[in-house]
Amino acid sequence: MSAVDRSRLPVPGADRPFRFPRIARRMLPNGLELRAVTHRAVPVAAVVLLVPGGSSVDPADMHGLVSITAGLLDEGSRGQSALDVADRVARIGGELDLDVGVDAVVVGMTTLDRFLDTGLALVHEVVTEPNLANDDFNRIRNLRLERLSQLKDHAGAMADRAFARVLYGAHPYGHLSLGSEPSLNTMTVDHARVLHGAMFTPSGSTLIVVGDRPEEELLDAAAAVFDSWRASASPITINRESALAPPPAAPEVTLGVLSRPGAAQSELRIGHACAPRSTPDYHVLLLLNTILGGDFVSRLNLNLREQKGFTYGVRTGFNLRRGIGPFVMQTSVGTDVTAPAIHEAWREIRDIAASRPATADEVALAFASVSKGYPRGFETAGQVARSVAQLALHGLPDSYFEQFVPRLSQVTAEDVAAAARRYLDPAKMTTLIVGDLDKIVGSLPALDLGQPQVLTIEP
Amino acid sequence: MKLDFEKRTLANGLDVIVHEDHQLPMVAVNVWYHVGSKNERSGSTGFAHLFEHLMFEGSEHHDHGYFPPLQRAGGLLNGSTSTDRTNYWEVVPTGALDLALWMESDRMGYLLPALTEKKFENQREVVINERRQNYENRPYGLAGIALSSAMFAPDHPYHWPTIGFTADLRAASIDQVRDFFQTYYHPANASLSLAGDLETAQAFELAEKYFGGLAPGPAVTPVSATAALSASASLLLEDRVELPRVYVSWHSPAMFAPDDAELDVAADVLAHGKTSRLYKTLVYEKRVATDVSAYQHSREMSGVFQFACTAAAGVSLSELEVAIRAAVEHLAVEGVTDAELERALAQTEAQFIYRLQTIGGFGGKSDQLNAYNTFVGDPGYFERDRERYVNVTSRGVASAVKKWIVTAPSVSLSVVPRGRREMALAGAVEVNVS
Repeated sequence: MSAVDRSRLPVPGADRPFRFPRIARRMLPNGLELRAVTHRAVPVAAVVLLVPGGSSVDPADMHGLVSITAGLLDEGSRGQSALDVADRVARIGGELDLDVGVDAVVVGMTTLDRFLDTGLALVHEVVTEPNLANDDFNRIRNLRLERLSQLKDHAGAMADRAFARVLYGAHPYGHLSLGSEPSLNTMTVDHARVLHGAMFTPSGSTLIVVGDRPEEELLDAAAAVFDSWRASASPITINRESALAPPPAAPEVTLGVLSRPGAAQSELRIGHACAPRSTPDYHVLLLLNTILGGDFVSRLNLNLREQKGFTYGVRTGFNLRRGIGPFVMQTSVGTDVTAPAIHEAWREIRDIAASRPATADEVALAFASVSKGYPRGFETAGQVARSVAQLALHGLPDSYFEQFVPRLSQVTAEDVAAAARRYLDPAKMTTLIVGDLDKIVGSLPALDLGQPQVLTIEP
Repeated sequence: MKLDFEKRTLANGLDVIVHEDHQLPMVAVNVWYHVGSKNERSGSTGFAHLFEHLMFEGSEHHDHGYFPPLQRAGGLLNGSTSTDRTNYWEVVPTGALDLALWMESDRMGYLLPALTEKKFENQREVVINERRQNYENRPYGLAGIALSSAMFAPDHPYHWPTIGFTADLRAASIDQVRDFFQTYYHPANASLSLAGDLETAQAFELAEKYFGGLAPGPAVTPVSATAALSASASLLLEDRVELPRVYVSWHSPAMFAPDDAELDVAADVLAHGKTSRLYKTLVYEKRVATDVSAYQHSREMSGVFQFACTAAAGVSLSELEVAIRAAVEHLAVEGVTDAELERALAQTEAQFIYRLQTIGGFGGKSDQLNAYNTFVGDPGYFERDRERYVNVTSRGVASAVKKWIVTAPSVSLSVVPRGRREMALAGAVEVNVS
């Protein structure tokens, strides 16, 4: 056996081939689209129902309605109580979750493959026959009001909520899915019932099933349960495309501060409304983000954490959606270094779009990191199901996974530099701070970001 | 389902465990060092975790940071520190296995020559910010520290939090790094687990190649300490919160010890999820609480059985505490129903299978093999671990609850909004957390 050569790092060998999931499809007569993937690793099945139209279809005066309606799905169905439903899920070792995003509601069920039929039946039942009872509505609304009140003490949640509002104003992306106290107090169970009828329809929805069986068997199992789903009559129609409207052209606030007396850290956000998922530059933005703030060795993390010690970590994201999603930098820094941290974050964002564009080596590193690690995202049935759901949400082809790395490999350093100039616009950028106002206010003028505006949690 | 593996021990004492899984073209590399904050001394708390950070800052033969070469290879990596152990892992494409082993072995054997005062100072600041972010600036974030301090005597190694006391972090010195490394970071106090797209024979050869030449260190003296409360206590902590919350804690068995599984089931039946007894009465029916949870947090030397329950607006914490104690007493007398036991077992069985879904990362197969190897000396403990739950009976749960909870002293903690001490349990004594 050879001794270890410690004078240089071993050069990694060639990548072994990986077969990406093959997606089988079937359209049911009721308009529900089924997609199935065989996943043999462990006898676990994942079911995901994607219903387009998340918190962005909330009525303007009833923010939180989609979320509370979705939240009521597992609070009792077919005349049984929430506890009965939870008991049936637990008896198959199942995990049922209801996720309300900005663009879609996702109902997910993970269970052992041998319980797939029961799992499918439970998803079908909670989605199509929820009780939507007045008493349950009031109970859940109270829990949500208390949750909202608790979030006033959570710096990250305060920042997320205020940041969405200042970036998007009255646009459907301008509020969080949980809604607000006044809006929750406005609604009744009847609003939830009406919304449920209009929103949870087979037509337009996609059911993804991933499990340890041939695709046809998975499709048959799903069809047997969901064939009977009929849209119920609803007096309203919802506009699932409302988020495609353009957000405000200019930010309402350039430097906002939420006061949090005595806070040990300042929670920071910097960003602006940026681009939709459908942008042809999607792959370019992925690499730009990796270099700027997407992983540990990004410019921002190396600067703010590894050189300055200002923070435990910092990250950026192009949070691309069906409509125009935001670019966001987020971090939490020591109160005494708030202004220097903002200064450095701004410098990195400005520089990558101007004086210090991404280098060929940085692009090569980002490409290698993203592309070589790509198969890791297909390890579990749940990961596969959610990846397929993303394709359905954004209308991407079944060949998307196969084409991802080849497409990414075409991105050049020039593309990344151009994307930084085009998609990161300092003139549109908002900076938000949640922190100890008295301690930091004196240091803010030197940042040259304009007069700080003191914001409150409720608009 | 089984978790197959082979294990060998190198001449220098390093345990090597290999599990093949060719689903993905990836390999998980996972290293556990049998050292955590329990190996620290009072006055030097937080050191094991601060040290973990320094393990990512480069070693003698690659002094440029740990992340870039592995990320360039498509790897994902991280590490964590608990009271009992420190773990490090990479998940890399198959072709980068040599690279990951080179990197892990270099920092196991040659960390100190690359250490500088500048790296040390920088990571100390990062850790102080981690503490602010995850504890000080987070609602209820200091409750766990207050409870550990009260449950365990000042010289007991579970008295202090893994993140450390801030004053101790400020006082830490680079000299301590050298001692710590030499005492704890060596092959004889470590376990290497490799899982994924590799051949077993080749994996052992590579482990020998990269780690076999490293010197074994001194034998580590196991830490032992007895945990007991002489009397019950009631504490009060003011925090930046809207709703008051009560915690109640008891000492409980160590991990894998008799009654550990029984108390896991008790926690599940009492306060885990919507099917639990206390969720039903407190959150669903009476609506006096916004949430309730319980868990049997078992560690190497001993465990803690703990409830947490947040009051709905206008509800007193004493009402919740009374309900919790009544539920526990009822369980100690009546045990659990057949339906509850069946349901708990179904969930546990499923969780054991879900845990086999990933080769690496926190909780993946390589991590589990190392956990079993480090704590019970047998990576193959998976099946016996599962059987502990299959063998749980109603009578067993009742007697465990009676022994460890109903008849034992407890620590309760009221976390209340600032300036609202009257919301705490009567007689609660204020504590300071630093």
